[in-house]
This record gives sequence, structure tokens and C-alpha cells, in this order.
Amino acid sequence: MLHTHSPLSPALFILLITSLAACNKPETPTASGYGRDLVVKIGAAAPLTGAQAHLGKDNENGTRMAIEDANTQGIMIAGRKVKFELLSEDDQADPKTATVVAQKLVDAKVSGVIGHLNSGTSIPASKIYSDNGIVQISPSATAVGYTGSGFKTTYRVMANDAQQGKVLGNYATQMLGAKKIAVIDDRTAYGEGLAREFIKAAQAGGAQIVAHEYTTDRAVDFAAVLTSIKGKRPELIFFGGMDSQGVPMIKQMRALGLTAKFMMGDGGYTPKLTELAGAAAEGVYASLPGVPLDKMPGGADFSKRYEAKFHQPIQLYAPYCYDAVNVMIAAMRKAASTDPAKYLPELAKLTHNGITAKIEFDEKGDLKGGAITLYQIQKGKWQALQTIDNDAITSTR
Amino acid sequence: MDIFLQQIINGLVQGSVYSMVALGYTMVYGILGLINFAHGEIVMIGAMVALSVIQLLTGAGFPIFFILLISLMLSMIVCMILGYSMERIAYRPLRNAPRLAPLITAIGLSIVLQTLAMMFWGREYHSFPLLFTNDSVHIAGAVITEVQIIIITVALVMMGGLLILVHRTRLGRAMRAVAENPSAAALMGVNSNSVISITFVLGSALAAIAGIMISANYGIVHYLMGALLGLKAFTAAVLGGIGNLRGAMLGGLLLGLIESLGAGYIGDLSGGFLGSHYQDVFAFFVLIAVLIFRPSGLLGERVAERA
Amino acid sequence: MRNALKRFLIIDKRNAPNQKRLAWAAFAVLAIILLALPFAIDGLFGRGWVRVLDFALLYIMLALGLNIVVGYAGLLDLGYVAFFAVGAYCYALLGSPQFGIHLPFWIVLPLGALLACLFGILLGAPTLRLRGDYLAIVTLGFGEIIRIFLNNLNAPINITNGPQGISMIDSIHLGEFSLGRTQEIFGITFPAAHLHYYLFLIFTLLVIFVSLRLQDSRIGRAWAAIREDEIAASAMGINTRNIKLLAFAMGATFGGLAGGLFAGFQGFVSPESFGLTESIMILCMVVLGGMGNVGGVVLGGILLVVIPELTRHLAGTAQQALLGKTVIDPESLRMLMFGLALILIMLWRPAGLWPSSQRRRELIAPAPPSV
Repeated sequence: MLHTHSPLSPALFILLITSLAACNKPETPTASGYGRDLVVKIGAAAPLTGAQAHLGKDNENGTRMAIEDANTQGIMIAGRKVKFELLSEDDQADPKTATVVAQKLVDAKVSGVIGHLNSGTSIPASKIYSDNGIVQISPSATAVGYTGSGFKTTYRVMANDAQQGKVLGNYATQMLGAKKIAVIDDRTAYGEGLAREFIKAAQAGGAQIVAHEYTTDRAVDFAAVLTSIKGKRPELIFFGGMDSQGVPMIKQMRALGLTAKFMMGDGGYTPKLTELAGAAAEGVYASLPGVPLDKMPGGADFSKRYEAKFHQPIQLYAPYCYDAVNVMIAAMRKAASTDPAKYLPELAKLTHNGITAKIEFDEKGDLKGGAITLYQIQKGKWQALQTIDNDAITSTR
Repeated sequence: MDIFLQQIINGLVQGSVYSMVALGYTMVYGILGLINFAHGEIVMIGAMVALSVIQLLTGAGFPIFFILLISLMLSMIVCMILGYSMERIAYRPLRNAPRLAPLITAIGLSIVLQTLAMMFWGREYHSFPLLFTNDSVHIAGAVITEVQIIIITVALVMMGGLLILVHRTRLGRAMRAVAENPSAAALMGVNSNSVISITFVLGSALAAIAGIMISANYGIVHYLMGALLGLKAFTAAVLGGIGNLRGAMLGGLLLGLIESLGAGYIGDLSGGFLGSHYQDVFAFFVLIAVLIFRPSGLLGERVAERA
Repeated sequence: MRNALKRFLIIDKRNAPNQKRLAWAAFAVLAIILLALPFAIDGLFGRGWVRVLDFALLYIMLALGLNIVVGYAGLLDLGYVAFFAVGAYCYALLGSPQFGIHLPFWIVLPLGALLACLFGILLGAPTLRLRGDYLAIVTLGFGEIIRIFLNNLNAPINITNGPQGISMIDSIHLGEFSLGRTQEIFGITFPAAHLHYYLFLIFTLLVIFVSLRLQDSRIGRAWAAIREDEIAASAMGINTRNIKLLAFAMGATFGGLAGGLFAGFQGFVSPESFGLTESIMILCMVVLGGMGNVGGVVLGGILLVVIPELTRHLAGTAQQALLGKTVIDPESLRMLMFGLALILIMLWRPAGLWPSSQRRRELIAPAPPSV
């Protein structure tokens, strides 16, 4: 057997694989099952496996809810009843996979895409969507560079790092009166970008950055950097990163006897932070773009229905996904077309009252105005403190 | 001064965490010459099982000590079964295969275990309940919590226990014989298959303990926690000289100290250019420097060069 | 090239006349298949699969590069992706708005390969005395060091733009002819994915050709010698230091080349594309396909790019078809199937799916002492 080995078996293997693939050819969108309904496919892309899978699934859930809501409402576009279909893809938070997934969504002839979750995947994918004229609305990419490529099809319903960092920096210096601030960032595109903008605003507000330390998005031990920060005696520590690092960081900070205020961006505003960090998290600040859900029409209802449907609280960006879908559908209705080329101009000049905020886009596809709300954990619960509209400060109380 | 002392304590705690996992790597390597890349995943499974047991029992009003004991036992048992089946399914058939074949099955196993854990316990982070009192001891301005003291102790006890096992018992002698030459050991009446199985089972039990201790310290459990931990522990084992139990302990502690002192001081010493973002770089530079001068790690034996 | 192909198909030279004609025929058929492949795939499965194919070619190049280090010279390298990163960043920095430099790709690509080659020597030099698993961990560290530097060199001077990555990288273009957009040649429309396919194919064939020629050369035999027994090799007069460095350098060059192509194709690079998992993936391709055998490595590269994509489709639809509902999340099932595939293939064929003939002979011989 061994000496008569021929290259045939690998060849057979390839043949087998390709024939398997052939069975799996994506079917053509005839959709006879829906009668005369117009079937409109909406793509969604987020990491459904890997370290950010819980956030990715949350995004998918938010998108799914918006689409199911739209279907029960029975939306008519150009006189035809529309049946929306969700095509969800796993981009594994990997830029390379993101482009493959993007191309697949384009192949499947989606009318628009809600995604991706990360800036690092949204940016390379945006080129493919743009080349094929497909509208992309990211619910959560915050890097300034995402809308910086000048593509006409690239939008987001989330404040960017510059908008959010500025508000956080202002709040830390003006409202909390912090003069000595330490900054930690997790060296991801999100954490680094937000920390950079925060530092700019804090310095402009007259604060001194006494330490800038770093960690990674997989670390759980922060004792070394926190000890180093402790020696600098800051009044406030800002962490640019996600809750998965925020939780152990807060715990270790308190264990080391650091009593400084602790502040995070939207990556910190999650139910996990209150649940996992427990008493240590009391008094922690975080921000979230938009207006508190319970202050917006339909917002409180959304979070109730979300919990009933998916048996877990909203993780983070589900409401933004919900808004992103609805903005897209609103533009389609206005243009009386589901063709991206036709509804794109309507999207650009649309005003939509979403559940996170009143959504309007500027010429780059970023949010106009970009209200940002600051929250604090009080008695184990996130409480809204203030909603800050970019420059003007308007209290919600 | 209190800051420096605190950094030393941080390093020792972090180092003990690495050591506990590194001991498992080194034990398997010492006997089989095989890197069990899925070891980190066993640590994770151990933590996850313990978490589930604790969650299940907490409401029932048992004393905390009893809960801890039961969860420890159960997670050790699960991990032992896992370790045993892993060896039987993925490593034993490949014992005479090319050297890299078991490496690939180990990677495959890691992916499978991670995915199963994700399906079982969910994608999100879980809080690991406080098992011990959260009291801390203050030494000259520095703080160390009781959990951390326990971690350092457990790591030392583990190493001591393993040393006694390997050098003082009959089983240990069999292990060393198999490590030296499996076929000669077989001729001397050692059942090398069962010795290897026992090694895996033992290593997995240690992994379960390590998993619980680590989770108790950080208070957080996640299905991907094993990957990075495994990598760091592997680095520690190599630094100390892989296959050597004392080396694993030393390598772990050293790696922990390098990381904490590196992150704590190099930033200020280099005027902010090389800050804590280069923490891993320092660690790897030290590793490379050590290996240039001592190619088989700090305590590794100088093996006569064999083909 | 034809000789290379003959070896590729393992055609015996002894039955010359008939075999010669057969080889030509096989060559012609293969050439037609390769040329028509993107159109066939586009038509059958969709354009996303052409992109998958492009990535498969990139990975084949990477796997072949790593094969020189691991397969030929027997040096376990777990940080190979560093060279890919060096090539990609070299292209990105010299062809993007980052510094406002826009050099043409025929300058940047060789430059990236050369730079990667230098890094290969840089890695090789301190590790010459290390063996086996010690070498593995040092190379792993090297890969991480490169990634960490790329991730952090945005301050105090912004060189790599840090974790934000570099976007708007120039597409690969010759004068006015850009591979980044759809082109029409002789009345046939070539979308960007197809154009990149042909470019990558040319480079892949080049890498295959070089690999095959190296295998039979003096250098290739020297590599085999140090792989089998370093002491004996040096006793035979082989300069083990230079020959090892050459392996690292050659492997790194291919990695750098693939990196440049990747940057031009993707238009965006960021450090997260060059993590440890990527190195492990490339190593899996080499080992799974069959270390030391060019055909096997090519097969491994194709399979490990295609299997995850395939399971992505199978996981959802097969469940629907078999059980009528989705029991397990498709993406969980996909990872599960991928992990199991790695284990099962290795158990079924420990030397790889298509091992080199020499390796197979070694396997039949009594097992060497396990060190």
C-alpha cells in the first residue's frame, strides 16, 4: 500500500470537497414562498465566535428584532408589501474574514448591511461595500478613520472616538474637577482611539496626565500598571477598553487600595460591569452615545421585549443595531425603493427618531450633533447623570 | 519603597499563577517530550465546572468550605477524565508519528474544547464567586489579599508534592524510567502506557486546581481564558527549562516578576518611550537572552546532543 | 516549469516518450483549469468564493515559505507571520497617505520581500544553537515582538499608526492599469477579485517553482541533512550556520512577498491580522498537507482556507436539512467541525495528507528515539 501511493487520493479529496460545496450553492432569490411579497435582504456582520462573541450576538439580536418588527408592521414600499430577511455572517473580528464576508453579502444581493462591530473589520469591508454600491451602517465602529475614506456608502449610528472622547474629557475636568488623571488603554483600535481623544480634551480642560499605562484586550492581571499608577496619586483613572478588562481592573484597583474615580467609555456601560464587579464598581462612570433608552419613545419597551425574547439583558450595541435597521428602512420608504443607489440620497438627508437618539448624518456619514450620556453606578445600578450634546451641556434632570 | 514592594508581590502572585499551569506542561513534557498545547483549555474547563457547581450549591445553604471542597473534587474529576480521554484519543495513536503531528491534534483539541465551553457556558464573562474572605494583609504599605497568599502557597505545595512524587515514589521511578527510555522501561516491567495515562490524569487534576485558584483571584471566568494563560505558562516552562519541575516554578516566578517590574519601571526609566505596552517584549527579550546563554533553559539539563 | 510540473505530478521519467506527451497534455489541462477557475467559481458559487480563492493563494505562498523552514530544514517556527507583517507594512507605508509616499508596486514588493529577508536573518542569528521546542518558543516570541511594535509605534513618532492600522493603501497598479477595479480586456470583464487571482497565481507558481528547484539543489540536500542529523551534517562539511540562516532568509522572503500582495489586495492593514493564531494556522497547513512536500503543502493551504468557509455554509444549511431546525449555532458548529477535522486528519494520516516520499520512507523505518 505504501509504495504504490499515488497522488490520486488528495485529488479525490479535493473533488469531494468541491462537490460538497456544489451542493451548497446559495439559492437564487426567487423566494416563491412569499407570494408576491418583495423580499429584501439585509446583511449583518459581527464576530459571532471568539472573544467578542457575546457582543456580536447582541448586535445580531438587535438587528433581528428590528427586522422582525418591520415584518410584523407590514411595511409597504412602492406599493408592494415587503418581507425583510436577515443574512447574518460571522466576521470573527478578523479584517481578512470581514472582506470575504462582505463580498458574500454583496453576492447575496443584500440591500444594505448593518455592521461590522469593530472598526478594524468595518474599515476594510467598507471598500467592498462602496465598490458595489451597497449601504453600510455600522452600529458600533467608533474609529474616526472609518468614515475618513470618503466613501459615499459608509455610515454609522454611533458617536466616533473624537466626539465621545471630547465629552468624557470635558466631563472629567469640568464636572468632576479632576486635575491629575491617569489613563490606561488596551491597545486596540477602540481603546487607543478613545484614550487619545480623551487625553486631548482633558489636557485642554487644564488637567495633567500623570500616567499613561497600557494593557491588552486579553489581559486579566493589571496589578503592575495599577501599582505604578498608585504611586502617581491621580484623582481619576480613565480606561479606554471593554468591560471584560474593566471588571477585573476595578476589582484589583480597589484591592490595591486605589480610591481614585474610575471612568470608561461605552465599552464599560454594560450589565456585566455592575453584575461582575459588584461592590467595587460602585461610583464608576461610563458614557454611552445617545439618550438613555427609557427617555426615548419606544426605548424602555425595546429593552423589555429584548429581554423577553433573548432571555438576557441588552449587552451593549443592540439598540444601535435596531436603529440602524430602522434608519435604513426609513430611507427605503422615502425613496420608495430598496435599491441602494436610489435610497442612498434619502439616507444622507434623513432625520429619524430612533430609540438611542434623533439620528441625522453629516456629509461624512457620522452622526450630526451626537448626544452622549454619562452614567454612574449608584447602588449597583447604572444611573444616567447627564446628556451632553456635543458642546452644549443640557441636563436631563 | 512601598510601591516597589507591591510590584514584587504583584510579580510573585502573577508568577505563581504561571507556575501552577507551567507545572502541568512540564510534567507531560518531561515524560513524553510532547507539548500539550491543550493544557490551558483544561485549566479553563476546571474553572468552568467549579463555577457551575458553586452556582448550583450556593443557594442550598451548605457551608462555604463544603461547597469549595465539592466543587474542587468535581472539577478535578471532570478534568481527569478529560485528560485521560485526550491522551487516549489524540496523543496515544500518534506516539510514533512525526513530531509535529500531536501539535496539530493539540491545536484541534483546543479549538474543540473552547467551542464546547462556549456552547455550554455561553459567550460572556462570568463572575467567579468570592470563596475566601476578601481580607488583605498590609506589609509596609503594600497589600496582599488572602487569595493571593493561598495562590503562592498552593503553587509551592504543588511543586513540592510533584517533586516528592517523581523522586521518592515507585510511580515516580516508573515515570522517570519511561521518560528516559520507554522501551527499556517496558522491558523492566513498567507499563509505560498506564504511566503516561497517569501523568496526564495527574496533570489535569493540577490544572483543575490551578483553574479554580486563578478564577478565585481574578474573579472572572471566560471560555477563552485558557489560551493566553497556556501560552504564558509555556513560556515560563521553557524559561526554566522544560521538563524540569523546579524550572517550571522558577520560570513562572521569574516571568511574573519581569512582567510586573518591566511594566512598572521601564516606562519611567526610558522617559515614557518604552511603557507598559512593551511588557511582553521585555519578557521575550529576557527569554531570548537566557536561551542564548543557556540553550536548554535556566535549570534544564544539558542533554547530550542526540540525533 | 514543465519539469517542475512532472515532479509535481510524480511522473516517472523512465517511460519517457509516452509520459512526455502525457505530461504535456496534463500541463495543458491544468493551465486551462487554473485560467478558467475564477470564472467557473464566480458562476457556480459567487464572487465571495473568488475572494476565498485569492486568500487561498496567499496562504499557499505563506505555507510554502514556512515549508522551507519547517519542512526542508526542520526548524520549528511559530512566529512566521512576522515576515508576512513586515512585507505588508512595508507596502502599506510606502504606498498610502500615511507618509504621502506612493511608490509603484514593482518597487515596493521586492523591497518588502528584501526587508522580510533581513528580518529572517535577524531572527535566525540568535537562535542557531536552539533546538526543537526552545526554538519554537523563541520564534513565537519574535512574532509577538514584531506585532507589539507595529501596534505601538504610533507614539512618540507616528510610524505605523498603531492599532488603528493603515487604510487607503494603493491598489496594485501598473501605470493606469489598476487591479483594484473592474477592467475590460479583449471584451472580457475582469472584476478586481479575478485580476488579483491571476497576479497571485503567477507569484504562487513562481514560489512553487523555486521551492521545487531548491528541494533538489545542493542547498536542499544540505537542509535535509541538517534536518535529519545536524552533527553528522556538519561533519560532512556543511556550514550549518549559513545553511540555517539561508532557510530562515528564504522562508521570510516568501512571507514578505505574500505580505506585500496582501496589503495591496486588502487596502488596509492593522496589527490584529498578524497574531499568533495566524502563525499557527500557517503551520497547520504545512503539517496537515505534508511537511516537505510542495504538493502536500499546497493542498494543506487550500484545505485550511476552504474548510472554514465550507463549514460556514454547511453548518447552517445541513442542520436545517437534516433536523429541520437549528439546534446548534452555525458558527459554533463550524468551529467544532474545524477542530475535529484537524484531529481526525492527523489521526488518519499522521505524516500529512500528502507526505513527501522521503518522509514516508522514514515512517516505515522503526521509530527513532523520541527526543
